[in-house]
Amino acid sequence: MPAHKAPDTPLLELGEISKSYNLDLPNEAEVLHSLSLRIARGEFVALIGPSGSGKSTLLNIIGLLERATAGSYRIGGEETRELNDAALTLLRRATLGFVFQFHHLLPAFTALENVTLPALMREGRVTPAQRERALAMLHSVGLQDATAKRPGELSGGMQQRVAIARALVLEPPLVLADEPTGNLDTQSANEVFDVMRRMHAELKVSFLIVTHDPRLAARCDRVIELIDGRIARDAPVPTSTPDEAKHAAP
Amino acid sequence: MQHSLGFERRVATRFLREGRMQTVLIIIGVAAGVAVVTYISALITGLQKNTLDKTLGAQAHVTLSERDDAVLPALAPAPGTLVLAQTQARAQRPRSIANWQAVVPLLEALPGVTAVSPMVAGAGLALRGEATQSIALVGVELERYDRIIGLRSKLTAGAAQLGPGDGIIGRELAANLGVRVGDRIAITTGSGPAAVTDGLRVTALVDLGVRELNRRTVIVPLRTAQSLVGLPGGVTNLDITLDDIWSAQALATDLAARLPYKVEGWQEANASLVSALNAQSISTGVIRAVVMVVVVLGIASVLVVSVVQKRREIGILRAMGATQGQVLRIFLLQGAIVGALGSVIGVVLAVALIWAFSRLALGADGLPLFLITLHPALALQVAGVATLCGVLAAVAPARRAARLDPAQAIRM
Repeated sequence: MPAHKAPDTPLLELGEISKSYNLDLPNEAEVLHSLSLRIARGEFVALIGPSGSGKSTLLNIIGLLERATAGSYRIGGEETRELNDAALTLLRRATLGFVFQFHHLLPAFTALENVTLPALMREGRVTPAQRERALAMLHSVGLQDATAKRPGELSGGMQQRVAIARALVLEPPLVLADEPTGNLDTQSANEVFDVMRRMHAELKVSFLIVTHDPRLAARCDRVIELIDGRIARDAPVPTSTPDEAKHAAP
Repeated sequence: MQHSLGFERRVATRFLREGRMQTVLIIIGVAAGVAVVTYISALITGLQKNTLDKTLGAQAHVTLSERDDAVLPALAPAPGTLVLAQTQARAQRPRSIANWQAVVPLLEALPGVTAVSPMVAGAGLALRGEATQSIALVGVELERYDRIIGLRSKLTAGAAQLGPGDGIIGRELAANLGVRVGDRIAITTGSGPAAVTDGLRVTALVDLGVRELNRRTVIVPLRTAQSLVGLPGGVTNLDITLDDIWSAQALATDLAARLPYKVEGWQEANASLVSALNAQSISTGVIRAVVMVVVVLGIASVLVVSVVQKRREIGILRAMGATQGQVLRIFLLQGAIVGALGSVIGVVLAVALIWAFSRLALGADGLPLFLITLHPALALQVAGVATLCGVLAAVAPARRAARLDPAQAIRM
C-alpha cells in the first residue's frame, strides 16, 4: 500500500524502524518491522490498529520513551539515535506533549498547578505570564471554574481536558495522545476530541492520536493503521462534514 | 534560567504532604532520634565537664619539676659485660627546679598557656593545742596560683590574703583542728633550720572539691614554704594552666623532650579517670551512631515505599521531560526536609528533656546534680548530621526513582 505523501519538511521522520524485545534471547519478539513514517507540522493523525499491533510501542518510540532496536528517527531534523538519555529527555521536554489514557495528572496538584508544571519543570518557577497562559488554556478547554480543584474532584473528561491543557501549554510542535478517550463515555470522549481539534486549529500543533475508536479516527486528517508491527494503511481521511464524521458507524 | 530547585522543592513538598501520615510518623521518628542523641550528648558533656572541673579544680594542667633522683653507676659497664647488681632506688627529697626564674617567662610565652605558677610543695604537721594533723604544705604566689585553680572562687570563709605569716587551709583541716578564720596554728616540717613556725594566722578556709585535699592542704606564701621545706629561693614545681585541657599531654611530652625537667600532664596523673572518660565517650559515640543508623533506615524505608507508590507520577514527570537529575533531587530533598524538620523538633524535645533533668534530678542539697547545658554548636551539629543522614537515606530510593523506565512506569 503506498505511503501517504507528507510535506518535504517533516516534523518527524522514522526510517526502517524495528523494535524487538528480549533481544538475543530465545523468546525474542519483534513488534515493529522496518517501519517508515513521516509526519509534517500541523498534521492531525490517527494511529489505529488491533491490540498487540505495536501502536503503543511506536508511540513510545516517537515519544522518546523507548529506543528503536534499528532504524533512524529524526525529530525536527535531529537524529535521535545517538543521543543519550539526558539529551533525549531535554528533546522530549522541548518537542513533545503527552496525553495518556488514564489522564495521569499529579493528584497532589490542582488543575492549574498541573498545567503550570511544564513551565515549573523547565525554569524552576512559574512567572505571572506563564500562570496567565495556563489559566487561558484551562479556559480554552472549558475548565475556568475548576482551576483550584484537584484531579480527584474532577470527572474523567475534565481530567483529560486538564491533561490536554498541560500538554499544550508550552505549545510543543507535537502532541502524542495514547487512547485519550479510551476511558471516557461517549459524550465525554466527543468533548475531549472536540477540544483537541479546536486546539489543533488554534495553535497549529501536530497531533498523533492512538485510538481504537474508528469514529474518532474518521475525524482526523490522516489515519495510519498498524497490523502486526507493519503499516497496513496510511491515508488521508476523506473530507466529510463534521456531523457525518461524528456519527460514522464504529 | 533554571530557578534553583524550584520544581524539585514544589514536587518534594507535595509528595510529602500527600503521604501525610507516613511523613508525620517518620518526622516523629527522626525527632525522637535527634532528641536522644542531643540529650545524651549534652548529658555526657555536662557529666564529663563536671568530673573534670572537680578533678582539675585543685591541680594544674601540666606540672614541671626536677627529674627524680636516680642512682648513677660508678662506672659504665664495658660493652658485653653482664651486670648482676641489684640497685636500691633513691629516696626522693624536695629539690628546687634549677634556674626556675628563667623558665617561667619561657613557659608563659608558649601558645595556649594561660598561667604559670611557681610552687613549693612539702609535707609537714599542723599543730594546735593537743591536735596534730599531717598536712600537704603548698607555698605559692597568691595571684599566680589563683589563675591556676581559681582559689578565690573556692574560699568558703575569710578573705584571699596571703601576707607573711598568713595561711589558707582546707575546710576539713580547719574543722579537725577546731580553728576559724583569724585563729593561729603551728606548722612543722621536721627538717631544715625553720622547722617550726609559730603563729601562722588562718586568713581563709578553702573547699578544693576533694575531701582528702580539704583535710590536708595548707597554703602559705612562697617564701614561708621555702623556709619550711628548706629550699631558700627555690621551687619544687611550676604549675601550668592551658586554654585547652586536652592539649596538656602533648605539651607535657613536648616540654619533656625539650627541657631537662620532669613534665607531667594531668592525663598522666589521672590515667584511670581519662580511661573512664574515654570509655564514656566511646559508649556515647556508639549510641549516637546506632540511633543515626536507625534514623537513616527509617527514612530510607519510607522513601522506598514512596518511590513504589509514586511510580506512575514519576513516570509522568519523566515523560513530561523531568530529567533523571530532577527526579533524583526530588527524593533527596524529601530526605533532607524530613531530616531537617525532625532535627528541629528533636532539638526542642532535647531542650525539654534537659529542662526536666535540671528540675527533677536534684542532689541532697536541692540543687541539680550537675549542670547540663545544650550548646548551640552541639544542637547545630546534631541537626546538621541528622539532615545529612536524611539526604544519605534518600540516596538509594532516589536513584531507584531516577532510573525508573518512564514507559513502564506509566503503564503501571
